[in-house]
Amino acid sequence: MAHPNLRDVNAAPAADPILTLSGVHTHIGQYHILQGVDMAVPRGGLAVLLGRNGAGKTTTLRTIMGLWKASRGSIVFDGRDISKMTTPDIARAGIAYVPESMAVFSELTVRENLYLAARSGPLDAARVDWICGFFPALKRFWNYPAGNLSGGQKQMVAIARAIVEPRQLLLVDEPTKGLAPAIVQSLMAAFRELKDTRTTILLVEQNFNFVRSLGDSVSVMDDGRVVHAGLMHDLAGDAALQQRLLGLSLDSHQ
Amino acid sequence: MTRKPTTVTAPLPLPQAAPAMQAETPLPAARRDIAPLLLVPLLMLAVLPFVSFPTWITLTVAGLAMGMMIFIMASGLTLVFGLMNVLNFGHGAFVSVGAFSATLVLLPMRDWLEADSLAANLGALGLAVLLAMAVTGLLGWVFERVLIMPVYGQHLKQILITMGGMIVSEQLINVIWGAEQLPLPLPAALHGALFLGDAAIEKYRLVAVVVGLVVFAAMFLTLNRTRIGLLIRAGVENGDMVEALGYRIRRLFVAVFAAGSALAGLGGVMWGLYKETLTASMGADITVMIFIVIIIGGLGSVGGCFIGALLMALAGNYAGFLAPKVALVSNIILMIAILLWRPAGLYSKSRS
Repeated sequence: MAHPNLRDVNAAPAADPILTLSGVHTHIGQYHILQGVDMAVPRGGLAVLLGRNGAGKTTTLRTIMGLWKASRGSIVFDGRDISKMTTPDIARAGIAYVPESMAVFSELTVRENLYLAARSGPLDAARVDWICGFFPALKRFWNYPAGNLSGGQKQMVAIARAIVEPRQLLLVDEPTKGLAPAIVQSLMAAFRELKDTRTTILLVEQNFNFVRSLGDSVSVMDDGRVVHAGLMHDLAGDAALQQRLLGLSLDSHQ
Repeated sequence: MTRKPTTVTAPLPLPQAAPAMQAETPLPAARRDIAPLLLVPLLMLAVLPFVSFPTWITLTVAGLAMGMMIFIMASGLTLVFGLMNVLNFGHGAFVSVGAFSATLVLLPMRDWLEADSLAANLGALGLAVLLAMAVTGLLGWVFERVLIMPVYGQHLKQILITMGGMIVSEQLINVIWGAEQLPLPLPAALHGALFLGDAAIEKYRLVAVVVGLVVFAAMFLTLNRTRIGLLIRAGVENGDMVEALGYRIRRLFVAVFAAGSALAGLGGVMWGLYKETLTASMGADITVMIFIVIIIGGLGSVGGCFIGALLMALAGNYAGFLAPKVALVSNIILMIAILLWRPAGLYSKSRS
């Protein structure tokens, strides 16, 4: 056990979690990446998942999404175990995913990207207007191939795709990675709007400044486990805890 | 698991005012890569000075007709590869089976084919095509379920088992139709040639060009205007993300596989009518050409496959007339030249 003193996982048990991971293990080839992840995402808030590179944050999201299969443990979403379900069924259960690579379909236009994300039929014009309200670039490049857009604009397409129809839970992987501060600012505005709709969001981030004011709850991962879970408010106000969780875990692996 | 370089995130100064993003970013030019498209007319014009005009017309129409037929046979294969990374070396089986299935209609309905009525001719032909496509589509579906599903992601096994599937199909054809060559009569109305000045254009070749254009247009519209077509293109680029949006890509793949097989069946009928004799190995014989075309075009690209097929057939035809010895290797020369220019094919999905 690397940091026995950090195992305060049960510090803040979430009331009515929409998603609960219990003892989730994931193997990728010969690597044992997730080594018993326990995590609860409270319904209707923004949960942040922090941790150094390689801690298993992306793997956690991919495992929830069924893109990697959990070798052990359970993932309960809205009352049912999704750990054995296929990715399309998990998506249809109400989970949307914004991968770290954004994975916009570069040959398809912005409109076509959103159109495919709207499974239930044609695009809802009012909702598209709402999205373009905080991502005006989308309207502007509506009929352009998404591959021609800048990194920030692609991120907007990726997020818009996840929210073009209401979903119960959004998994968002490092949305600010490599983006200019101006774009980060407009992403922040978008997440605030989304929070107002009471959509549950699980946000993986490295950029603590981006999430400290956005997050409601926070989990910190290290070495394939969750080593801290609590309220963002508590972590944001406790420099020593930040140092211990984020500083320490970073330093010890340099 | 790829470990990203570790970076400590420094506190990021966030600007106070929301930035005006619209004004300064210029509109990106819509990137249309038309250079490969221009190769086709370029090749045609390049040959014009070396042959008489009527000969040029005849050669060009013959080349286009052959190119269209190869495109129809190859188009399904390129999508199958692009969508699920499946190498199907048995695709030629659908060509043979399609052509032989057509005889089930065309031989009993010989009277209709020989009748001096375009409607009767085309009626019999249409029926034969429908049957051939139904048989090959169904065979493709079975082929996918039985042979390919167990070997997803394993290229070597895919090559072995699909080649095996093709050998079995060929032998089945021999069992059902006998090992002899089978004549496939061309309808009376499509016999002969039209004359454009001094240039002779075989009627059937014109039909092949028209059918090829119709198939290409239908595929183009499907891939660009329908949800299923957009999903196919999206799936070629990133299958995981299509699944994460809630679509079952394997179901899509089976549909594409069956449709691609049916198209190969259609191509087989057209190819058979062109040669007017059928052999069980006709599919195997053309497999190499089909693979060259989809490699030239860029694996997964229908547009690239179309241009690749036209280029290859035109080059083969021109070379066959101008320098018959070169014609034997014209496919390979074309492939080498194009891959030197664009190593992943004309329209590669992995580029950009």
